[in-house]
Amino acid sequence: MHFLCQNCNEAKATVHITDTYPEKRSRHLCEECAAKEGVIFKQSHETTQEILQQFIKHKIAQRPESDEPCPQCGMTVRDFQAKGLVGCPDCYTVFGEFLAPLIERAHEGANRHVGKVPVTADRTIRKQTGLLRLKRELKDAIEKENYEEAARVRDQIKALETA
Amino acid sequence: MTIDDLTHNIGEWLRGVGPMCDVVISSRVRLARNLVGQPFLSSASASEKTEIYRHLTHEISSNELSQHGFLVDLEDTDEIDRQFLVERHLISRQQAAEEGSRGVSIWPDETTAIMINEEDHLRVQALRSGLQLETLWQEVNKLDDSLSQQLEFAFDRQLGYLTACPTNIGTGIRVSVMLHLPGLKLSREIEKVSRATRDMNLAVRGLYGEGTEAVGDLYQVSNQTTLGKSEEQILEEFGGKVIPKVVEYERSARETLAGKHPHQLDDHIWRAYGLLCHARCLSTAEALSLLSHLRMGIQMGRFDKVDIKTLNEVFLLIQPAHLQKVAGRSLNGVARSIARASCLRDRLTA
Repeated sequence: MHFLCQNCNEAKATVHITDTYPEKRSRHLCEECAAKEGVIFKQSHETTQEILQQFIKHKIAQRPESDEPCPQCGMTVRDFQAKGLVGCPDCYTVFGEFLAPLIERAHEGANRHVGKVPVTADRTIRKQTGLLRLKRELKDAIEKENYEEAARVRDQIKALETA
Repeated sequence: MTIDDLTHNIGEWLRGVGPMCDVVISSRVRLARNLVGQPFLSSASASEKTEIYRHLTHEISSNELSQHGFLVDLEDTDEIDRQFLVERHLISRQQAAEEGSRGVSIWPDETTAIMINEEDHLRVQALRSGLQLETLWQEVNKLDDSLSQQLEFAFDRQLGYLTACPTNIGTGIRVSVMLHLPGLKLSREIEKVSRATRDMNLAVRGLYGEGTEAVGDLYQVSNQTTLGKSEEQILEEFGGKVIPKVVEYERSARETLAGKHPHQLDDHIWRAYGLLCHARCLSTAEALSLLSHLRMGIQMGRFDKVDIKTLNEVFLLIQPAHLQKVAGRSLNGVARSIARASCLRDRLTA
């Protein structure tokens, strides 16, 4: 049996309440009216996650050529669309242009960090960018079947990773 | 220490003390951190995840501040125990549900927990009862400094700490409070407040975070913006301005109810007590809703049959995994609602 909402008489009643006070009575409301009364809790606003998802879809529609994967982790823009997560710290550099408007949108227009800076920041940043460059070089060397070069780059990556 | 030892206690966050504890049940501060030079978990292979997990657990157990935490390997933990940790707010629902190498390091007093391999490599969180965000931030910040001596976290000058989801970059901080708002609910003002907080770019969620419904008049409110503001600014806006305002609204709603409808209010509270003491079957939602009325009665000084400590104990004990831990076996829905009603009769009429 389907009820219409007793409040608005328009939408289907999906929330059924039995009040015990002040007298016992049953009421049947739609989600909207029940949320208005505070009976249920409805996410009437979009969450940041949802806004992001919509935004990503929109961006991707504009950029059909953006299938180049991140050399560090292999993530593509399409993977990002599916999960809403990037694949590694370097994705922020590789897909910087793509992510920038999205980041601003998620953070009330902000695009610059002003909080805590780790003591090792400089070293960390050198390591991040160095690793990214080397992994690109490694990929190139393997593609060109230059295995000597690839071995050399791999050793450099190892050294930097354990530094 | 093991998970079973936790069953005998309630966590610090449920002690019912601290500033504004008549409305603010608990506060939480969480930092998201990731290792430099490693893929995020979203693109890590199973063996990379295991490697990251081993590395982090080793470093955490040798860190001077986190070494006394006890480690729970969630891959080796059964579903009821994982749910038990979710009910105690020590891990997220997401982490409980996921697969692969992951775990949590828990301080024995449950004030701090470090989730390993959740959405980010590390999620460092501290919890306390009442509105205590400043203290929590100091604790978490100190722990983060200490861990930074051993671990190198992914960081960028412009974007700050780098996280798997772009919504967490920058400070990687999430500050949240769990609010008890029965006054606003009864006077049907709750939607107004939740709309206002969302307009301020805050997230409003149910008891167990994202995607959960508000049961027992409990609402979790947290910041959404993590970039472009310092940690202190975020704390000041949230804990110094927004939350005290909501607390004020709730208190005034309670006062109005007490002034205009004292008999109905008392009837509401005592009916809840009557049901809790006599019902034979209770769902979690119904029990939490009835307990909410008792909590309000206690906080308003209108009800003294039960003290706040007992109330907070049963609040945890009647939840599905807690009931099953106490029973020592898995119980189906009907068995749980019978066990829940029986637990409440025992505890509240003692």
